[in-house]
Amino acid sequence: MSGGKEIKGQISSIKNTQKITKAMEMVAASKMKKAQGRMSSARPYAEMIKNVVGHLASAHPEYKHPFLVKRDSVKRVGLIIISSDRGLCGGLNTNLFKQALKQINEWNKNSIEVDVCAIGSKAEKFFKRLNVNLVAQVSQLGDSPEINDVIGPIKIMLDNFIEGNIDELHLAENKFINTMSQEPGLNHLLPTVPNKEDDLSHHWDYIYEPDSKSVIDNLLIRYIESLVYQGIVENVACEMSARMVAMKSASDNASDLIDELQLVYNKARQASITQELSEIVAGAAAV
Amino acid sequence: MSIMHLDIVSAEEEIFSGNVKNIIAAAMMGEVGIYPKHTPMITPLKPGEVKIITEEDEEQLFFISGGVIEVQPDIVTVLADTAIRGQDLDEARAAEAKKRAEEALANKSDNIDAAKALAELAQAAAQLKMIETIRKKGK
Repeated sequence: MSGGKEIKGQISSIKNTQKITKAMEMVAASKMKKAQGRMSSARPYAEMIKNVVGHLASAHPEYKHPFLVKRDSVKRVGLIIISSDRGLCGGLNTNLFKQALKQINEWNKNSIEVDVCAIGSKAEKFFKRLNVNLVAQVSQLGDSPEINDVIGPIKIMLDNFIEGNIDELHLAENKFINTMSQEPGLNHLLPTVPNKEDDLSHHWDYIYEPDSKSVIDNLLIRYIESLVYQGIVENVACEMSARMVAMKSASDNASDLIDELQLVYNKARQASITQELSEIVAGAAAV
Repeated sequence: MSIMHLDIVSAEEEIFSGNVKNIIAAAMMGEVGIYPKHTPMITPLKPGEVKIITEEDEEQLFFISGGVIEVQPDIVTVLADTAIRGQDLDEARAAEAKKRAEEALANKSDNIDAAKALAELAQAAAQLKMIETIRKKGK
């Protein structure tokens, strides 16, 4: 019975793998629900702050914040990349990196240098291998990221922008479309042009306490932070759904493989029985 | 008595949304009480309580660790921070993120994780090869 035992061993090892992938699929499915909930509960803040910044733009403060001013020449740009911490989630991170890399090459062609801020350990590992200037990094945010974790890295980028080290700030993130599909995208963060509202076009302004500069500074920093935070929360949802899909297809593949191997095993067993029988018959005939 | 719409949101969740008669919050320059039809105003909030009186004359208290309040005649928005903020604290967080980036760049000759992953990959490849040979033998 040639190879019968090896095939048996193979089958049981694939079965073990399948158990793992099935478990991961189910874990990802339940985490995905939570992550989607978190995503939708973070949305009101993002919308509110967007409204407020929009109001600010249509009001007429005497102070013009650097975040709102477009620069004439762009020599160096900042790029914030949001990735997951763990792998086994299909092409989620790879697709995002591919797109980011394409953009970075484009910038380099126009002799624009790039400063990268990596969020998530996958991005960190990826950009460490390339020769890019990694200026800030944060990882191990877990499944329920807190805004606390991203204040630091964003501050570095914003400070760089204010000091004039970088002239633009971009954000590379995965957009959650539905469970089956996530789309990598690049967003322009700074300088920002908040959408102005037409119905507030008459001249009016807020009362700023203590003064317009500190209020607007504060608010715009929070605005950028909330955009990045929203991206991170969305990325967790993307990660979980991508992992669920990847693990489902891995489990299906394992089932196919087991079926095939089972067939091979049965054939081998049958062959060895037939052989034994013919040997016995031949032996009996010889006697 | 007239009412106004109030939203209290933090980056991580929506805390309150509904109609209220009065809001008392600890603004940067001192406590403010806001009634409907207030002039547009925008000011940072200090960590502390936000007291509201709802449509049904119920009193509710929320604790926020700072934020911004935006007042429009009929709509008030409180953007609450969940993180405790401060110039020094933010600075420290930035320094930490930078340090991590430098550390990550410093140990370019990768760490245990990569070695482990490679070993696992080799194992998986060997397993696949074996499956292939067994399949060929069976046919």
